[in-house]
Amino acid sequence: MDKQLIFSGALLLTIALFFFTVNRIAGFFRLTRPGYPVKDFGKRILLMLRVAFGQTKIFRRPVTGFLHALVFWGFCVILLGSIEMVIDGVGGLEKSLSFLGPVHDLIMASGDIFALLVLLSILVFLVRRLFLNIRRFEGIEMKKKSHIDAVVSLSLIFLLMVTLIGMNTGYIIYSGLEGKTIHGVYPVSSFLAGIGGPDEPRKAWLLMETSWWSHILLIFFFANYLPYSKHFHVFMSVPNVFLSRLEPLGKLYNMDNVTREVKLMMNPETAFSASPEGGTPERFGVRDAEDVTWKNYFDSLSCTECGRCTAVCPANLTGKKLSPRKIMMDLRARMKEKGPLMIKNGKDFNDGKALIRDYITEEELWACTTCNACAKECPININHPSLIIDMRRYLVMEEGSAPGELKAVFSNIENNGAPWQYSPEDRLNWANNLEINVN
Amino acid sequence: MQTRKIDIPVMADLHSKGVQPEYLLWIGCAGAYDDRYKKVARAFVKILEHLNVSYGVLGTEETCNGDPARRAGNEMLFQMQALQVIETLKRYNVRKIITICPHCYNVFKNEYPDLGGNYEVISYLVFLKEKADSGQLNLTGSGNKYATVTYHDPCYLGRANDIYDEPREIIKKLGLKLQEMERNRSFALCCGAGGAQMFKEAEKGDKEIFLERTEEALRTGASVIATACPFCMTMMTDGIKYSNAEEKVKNLDIAELIAEKLGL
Repeated sequence: MDKQLIFSGALLLTIALFFFTVNRIAGFFRLTRPGYPVKDFGKRILLMLRVAFGQTKIFRRPVTGFLHALVFWGFCVILLGSIEMVIDGVGGLEKSLSFLGPVHDLIMASGDIFALLVLLSILVFLVRRLFLNIRRFEGIEMKKKSHIDAVVSLSLIFLLMVTLIGMNTGYIIYSGLEGKTIHGVYPVSSFLAGIGGPDEPRKAWLLMETSWWSHILLIFFFANYLPYSKHFHVFMSVPNVFLSRLEPLGKLYNMDNVTREVKLMMNPETAFSASPEGGTPERFGVRDAEDVTWKNYFDSLSCTECGRCTAVCPANLTGKKLSPRKIMMDLRARMKEKGPLMIKNGKDFNDGKALIRDYITEEELWACTTCNACAKECPININHPSLIIDMRRYLVMEEGSAPGELKAVFSNIENNGAPWQYSPEDRLNWANNLEINVN
Repeated sequence: MQTRKIDIPVMADLHSKGVQPEYLLWIGCAGAYDDRYKKVARAFVKILEHLNVSYGVLGTEETCNGDPARRAGNEMLFQMQALQVIETLKRYNVRKIITICPHCYNVFKNEYPDLGGNYEVISYLVFLKEKADSGQLNLTGSGNKYATVTYHDPCYLGRANDIYDEPREIIKKLGLKLQEMERNRSFALCCGAGGAQMFKEAEKGDKEIFLERTEEALRTGASVIATACPFCMTMMTDGIKYSNAEEKVKNLDIAELIAEKLGL
């Protein structure tokens, strides 16, 4: 009974803390702008099955991609086992889902095998992080905090796997010594139980119980650590894929507020009439955290700083300051800084800083070739170029700020309908004296 | 060998004669003004003539469709250009557009519909591949000048619009040996000119993107770097010059490879 009370208390505390965080983040989302409408659920489900559960994009880097896929799939099956642990904990039961028979055996067996596979993958990841000099993990945006965050998250997962295997092994030895039926199949732990371990029921019980408690308490801690870490990815990535844009990568979204203005300008009858909506017009483009769409912010929270985007960015590869990963990290950090202030003091609150310049420089924004290598590479369909263009839109339309050559391009397009300074009269000169050989 | 003069059919003339061509051929600013890329426009028109395709161009009525302005953040200018182009296309009742420039292709296909411009937009590569598949365009035949060809994927055909196979199949049909670069198809490295970079100096860095890409192309040992975009062409041609490889390597557009093979 005591165990049930302690467990339920811990569970309630976890849920309460988690909802506090979710509510806080929902508040930040309310500050953002509307993005595209989420439609085509059938397509989205297929996309999610393919990209998230099928891990297709992570396999673009096959070796580490495979290890990540093991961790992800392991997470999915182990989660089922964790649900049983919560039911056991609240109800004071033991292996409460064993009534599922072979399904339960399968869940337990796959969880047990994956625990080992995840453990080994995480070991490789830790070695890569700590001992190998991997370029993708470095960069101006990768501060000490990011590295610590990565190592802490990996270590937590490592401990989760150790305690899971410990729990299963203890359970097998204890049940064996006490002559009890073993519910479920545990290939890895059975093997471990066979090669040694406690020889008294009391010690086996202790191994099982301490592992069980450390495992579940680690999960509770992890769940509340994640939202404050780059590993919020664990919760956000699958929904992010589900919510991702379905259009070709080349498409930029239309600015309807600009269309209204342009149509007013082009139509002399309405040129001088007031804007139909009234009030202060919305800022063009993105200057700060509150100007981004909910999806941009969702992207930033889903990013786990893997750096696959930056590793393929032509600008970054050739030494320019732009790093697509940094764009996402900056948005997340800026919202974390300004979000609470806006919630407290209203959306118009000005803290004298902005996402542009204080976080992201113009030099970074103008270095983008919109080649979409970053977006193509991102395993969870984050779209960096659209946000970069939205910031350029702010710079150009609100501040009139752009590199000199681009200002010349604008005036050429305006005056002679081409980015270069050629006369429209000469547009057909390319076809002069054109002949074809005929046999 | 005899030659025939080509009188480019201009939409305004066709319209006044009551002729409605099947396709509008969008030349784009590079096709109209860039000395090197004009040759690509000429090569493609020769192929259209060879195939007896019913087409027309806007000629002096063509204007920038706004793409570089939009990518450079000037949405206002983009939309003014776009609405103007949509008006012109409406006047000539245009339904199908063939583009040679991938940037023009992308903006017509993906972005004009938001402003009310709905067309069937066809990249010249897709068009040529279909003509080759249907047998109208016969690319087989002996006599290839080049040992191997490498193909540089333009971002706005490849990643932006998933057009990867058509150029490769054309190269294969031409009987040329295709030697892929290390980074190809969706992994292809940008030439460095997208997103309005074409018109400005690059930001400070330790290398020019076009050189990084040209060097990769040169490593294939191919005697031709085939491109399918005017900006890629400028970049790769510059890269070949910078690398002093002009004697060994040529930069040709897919349309030029075809026109050359057909002896047009």
